[in-house]
Amino acid sequence: MENGTAHTPLLKNIAQVRQLFPILQSSVYGKPLVYFDNGATTQKPLQVIEAMDTYYRETNSNVHRGVHYLSGKATDAFEAVRKKVQRFLNAAQEHEIIYTSGTTAAINLVASSFGKKYVLPGDNIIISSIEHHANIVPWQMMAEERGASLKIIPMLPNGDLDMAAYESYLDDKVKLVAVNYVSNALGTVNPIEKIIELAHRNEIPVLIDAAQAVQHMPVDVQQLDVDFLVFSGHKMYGPTGIGVLYGKEKYLDAMPPFMGGGEMIQTVTFEKTTYQKLPFKFEAGTPAIAEVIGLGAAIDFIESVGIEAINRYETELLAYLIEALKSIPGLRFVGEPEKRAGVVSFLIGQHHPFDVGEILDKQGIAVRTGHHCAEPLMRIFNVPGTVRASVALYNTKEEVDVLVRGLRRAADMLG
Amino acid sequence: MTINEIQDEIISEFEMLGEWMDKYEYIIQLGKELPSMDESLKTDDRLIKGCQSRVWLHADYSDGLLKFTADSDALITKGLVALLVRVLSGHTPQQIAEAEIYFIEKIGLQNHLSPTRANGLLSMLKQMKLYAVALAAQNKL
Repeated sequence: MENGTAHTPLLKNIAQVRQLFPILQSSVYGKPLVYFDNGATTQKPLQVIEAMDTYYRETNSNVHRGVHYLSGKATDAFEAVRKKVQRFLNAAQEHEIIYTSGTTAAINLVASSFGKKYVLPGDNIIISSIEHHANIVPWQMMAEERGASLKIIPMLPNGDLDMAAYESYLDDKVKLVAVNYVSNALGTVNPIEKIIELAHRNEIPVLIDAAQAVQHMPVDVQQLDVDFLVFSGHKMYGPTGIGVLYGKEKYLDAMPPFMGGGEMIQTVTFEKTTYQKLPFKFEAGTPAIAEVIGLGAAIDFIESVGIEAINRYETELLAYLIEALKSIPGLRFVGEPEKRAGVVSFLIGQHHPFDVGEILDKQGIAVRTGHHCAEPLMRIFNVPGTVRASVALYNTKEEVDVLVRGLRRAADMLG
Repeated sequence: MTINEIQDEIISEFEMLGEWMDKYEYIIQLGKELPSMDESLKTDDRLIKGCQSRVWLHADYSDGLLKFTADSDALITKGLVALLVRVLSGHTPQQIAEAEIYFIEKIGLQNHLSPTRANGLLSMLKQMKLYAVALAAQNKL
């Protein structure tokens, strides 16, 4: 693995991949764990766990400030991951990569900081009706503060966005468009190339929430010409507590700092503080160093398998899952997007998703039930929530079969 | 039957059931058997907070006895609610207020339910106790 020679063949031997994930060897209630809650968080491969362990054993020190050996070593490792993220996203410049605690923090940073710089009373921010709360609430808070409004791109009945409506919203009152790449609740892959192109025609910048995308498909920020792109480490085989904000230099440079503190300053007097240059301007305080190291290991892991190979494997698995689910009497999909990645949301008859999820749980099968932090969306579908199965590169067709048997049993029991 | 006799009866019923899937089948059965609450009673002020599924609790006080009716949109939750109603409904506020509820722990429900479901169950119990405590205090005045 470490030497990167095990490219595509790794996924041909899924048992070998699963061996890399200690938790996948475990049982719950005496049954082998079948983990289909990857949209919430993925499991971690040994190399991520070990990278963090090794960091604390051999390198632990604070970054960017020590004169001593360990601090230098920690700083090098910390900054090497920034380069790795830059390459992973194909960002033009290293300092366009800002570490945050996760997707939520990254969106809050942009909402607050971009809002202060660019948003005036009467302006609009466009989001969509299929967003996670993390890509709704920060914009609501900012809009309220700035006297601006939100415009919501409606959804077509199948879970795709209404692109005609979107196009009609674009005018000089719109200061930013913020949409997800892949919907965490429905699995819809949004046509972000088109969304970005249309916004740019009106000189409007775009933020893409890629929390459900970077683990499933190649993402190239320069090719997309996206202005901001955010994601979390823990949904892509890395640790919790670390995420990334990619932003174009021209915006990040112009935006004021989000949080004040150590590390983000150049000089401080009680009268006036001058700020550090990018990326440190946005990284106040001691960062999550071990988590950054873990994120680096997660990127290494993904690249050792190959994101294209992951995409092919998961696309096939997802198609198999959808066909298998169709065999269950009374099952209906919530959202049948034209293009889908990662997740499938569904309900069986009138059964409450919570009941279905609990009976699956007792069979060792982990799924997510509820509104998936997308309450407005659930209201549009008029459902209390859904059962959501979400896949990762270590899931197998055999596991899909176990899930389907489990669902049949749940349906029988709930009758 | 006293509250404790009912609790003991439930404990022995659950002891007869083998693995947890059987216990779930039984809880689901209880959920199906609990009569649905009148739609007009399913108001927001009767909703119990802290459940992933919705639970409504209605209390009725007459002839010195506190009676509960309850419902849920999820079947397992409804079964659990049925157990609580069976234990606590139809006693005096004083008896309910002073009752020590041990059957949940004894049958292992707390360990086997998902934490959100267990929390919901405890919220419901708390709400039932609150009604009883308020009425018992009133009766003493």
